Amino acid sequence: MCLAIPGTIAKIEDETAFIDYGGTTRRASVRLLPDAAVGDCVLVHAGFVIQKVDPDEGAELEAILKEVELL
Amino acid sequence: MTIMEVCGTHTHAIRRHGIRQLLPQNIRLVSGPGCPVCVTAEEDIALALKLAKQPNVTLFCFGDMLRVPCGNESLLQLSSRGADVRIALSPLDALAFAKENPTREVVWYGVGFETTTPHTAALLEAAARDNIQNLSVFSAHKTMPNALRALLDTDTKIDALICPGHVSSIAGADAFRFLPEELHLPSAIAGFEPEELLVAILALVTMILRGKPALINAYPRVVKSAPNETARALVDAWLAPCDAVWRGLGMISMSGLALLPEHAWFDTLKRFSLAPVSVSAHTACRCGDVLRGAIEPVECPLFGKACLPQHPLGACMVSSEGACAAYYQYEGAGI
Amino acid sequence: MKDCITLAHGSGGRDYRELVETIFAPAFRNEFLSPLTDAAILPASERIAMTTDGFVVKPLFFPGGDIGRLAVCGTVNDLAVSGAWPRYLSCAMILEAGLPLETLRRVVASMAAAASEAGVVIVTGDTKVVEAGGVDGLTITTAGVGVFPAGCAIPPQQPQAGDVILCSSPIASHGMAVMAARHNLIFDPAIESDVRPLNHIIRAVLDAGVTVRAMRDPTRGGVAGTLTEWAGSTLDITLEEASLPMRADARAACAILGIDPVYVANEGVALFSIPAKEAEHALAALRTMPGCEASAIIGNVKEGRGNVFARTPIGTFRRVLPPSGELLPRIC
Repeated sequence: MCLAIPGTIAKIEDETAFIDYGGTTRRASVRLLPDAAVGDCVLVHAGFVIQKVDPDEGAELEAILKEVELL
Repeated sequence: MTIMEVCGTHTHAIRRHGIRQLLPQNIRLVSGPGCPVCVTAEEDIALALKLAKQPNVTLFCFGDMLRVPCGNESLLQLSSRGADVRIALSPLDALAFAKENPTREVVWYGVGFETTTPHTAALLEAAARDNIQNLSVFSAHKTMPNALRALLDTDTKIDALICPGHVSSIAGADAFRFLPEELHLPSAIAGFEPEELLVAILALVTMILRGKPALINAYPRVVKSAPNETARALVDAWLAPCDAVWRGLGMISMSGLALLPEHAWFDTLKRFSLAPVSVSAHTACRCGDVLRGAIEPVECPLFGKACLPQHPLGACMVSSEGACAAYYQYEGAGI
Repeated sequence: MKDCITLAHGSGGRDYRELVETIFAPAFRNEFLSPLTDAAILPASERIAMTTDGFVVKPLFFPGGDIGRLAVCGTVNDLAVSGAWPRYLSCAMILEAGLPLETLRRVVASMAAAASEAGVVIVTGDTKVVEAGGVDGLTITTAGVGVFPAGCAIPPQQPQAGDVILCSSPIASHGMAVMAARHNLIFDPAIESDVRPLNHIIRAVLDAGVTVRAMRDPTRGGVAGTLTEWAGSTLDITLEEASLPMRADARAACAILGIDPVYVANEGVALFSIPAKEAEHALAALRTMPGCEASAIIGNVKEGRGNVFARTPIGTFRRVLPPSGELLPRIC
């Protein structure tokens, strides 16, 4: 129910961010994430930036597997 | 063991990546009521259709809602017969239109869970700030936690839950902590890529086997423990919990969101003095059982015969993320 | 002349004649059209290919093309995938009263340019006018005739077990361009349609001596539409998702709007079913043609029961069903 795509903030003008999806750019509102900054990798859902995305993907999966082992 | 997911985008991702083919036979994945489009009450759809038929109304909604039928009609059909129904990718599209077309009564038909509700609140905030008189909001928004409590309170037999990834990014992982702590259900918040889904499933299987229910955040890149406070404050300023009817499941208390009384001016139902519409359900439809994970889509007598993606009869077929539609889309008519 | 179309323009009288002589005839100028008689008299061959299509795209103009270019290329391509050399087109238009003449001029000029690119001529036509609201701006119906030079092989249009499927160019651009334009979805830069004539590309493949068992342009319904038809009831086709050529902007647009690229319409792509052992040779011929640098083998054909499967990048399989209904953006 939540199609959200990651992109990089290329520019911010007032409450509008210009998001680079690697091939095309679209605008999104930063009303829900006011501390979003140019250069941040963010998740965009229905025209709004909803969260920052941590770039380090590999480390994340490792950490989860460790946590599972400790259960 | 039976693992349920409750996010339409997970339903879609699992089918699209063929995740079931990578799992052993004794792990059964079922889809719960995770598609907000599918669970929108028929009474609400009937109201939306009624609004769209009014000549001075321009109705904006997400594309997902266009094909949802009520009786023999859908917004898409009305649009082809001249009703002014428009697709928005963001609710702010409705605001831009309202500003440019002051003689039109613009209605934002808001559907979605926690991930999407802040957007409707942002729309209301902007409309109020800019003193827009010709826009109103019809909220069919819903929230997950009470629906999960209601679902798990029945005779639904599931061993673990895949928690929605993007709902959690707004609501915070802690919103689902009640699942292991109160209901002793192993739970994992999952992303949408194949590796992310598989790691979440691995975490759940481990918890089931060890008898140690916990909440694992398997999507930490995006999901934090705490909610997005900006989004939460915004929603709280405009909407409040209310009872809501979930198509296929019936009334679930405090699982919907309605505009606060002090914002009645922006409430479409008040502005148009719309009385609730009653709709009778199709008796052979087994959506309720599918939504609870009790049966597979193919076990419903209507699946693939009278009930098809191109003319859906029930909640689970109406959107491409509904359990039945996703099954049909990727498996065909009961092969 | 006034600056808008009126009902008088469709009545066959002086206004109609003026429309033909000042807009259509100069743009489409050729020896077969010039006499402006009821029928064009044309040289052909012993066998000819003939096709027709109606075009009702909305909006009329979109990034990368317009209804005129679409009408010419669509008909040229239907002839070309039949193995014929496209030669002559007819152009019948239904115009809405009130349509600005400037819009008509733009569409006609675009048709002339597309015809010139394809190497065809528009030899006959007709124009009718309906009341405002009777049609959305304008519609075009084109019919096309193609010839088969002596010794020219006509493809049987039947894939065989053991074939591979070749894709000439990046997919999903046209459908996404029109969807974005229709629903006012702003992408920067705008997604552009790939609409173009395919006859030169097809000629290059045939001239290279490739055994083409079937070829088609996957328009409405996308790659899925063509492959599900080709699978029929006796073949199974497997599509390699990771091999599908796509431009980065179309790929991003599909992801953002939640659309599966295999169902998106294309207007500048040709699919070929050819024997596996001729694949490298065919690709070499294709890759010399403009816009075909990314041509690739996208699947294979086996004996079966009419299934089309897509192999995902992680090695699992999902079904590809026949397309149905209009594609709509989703956020769920």
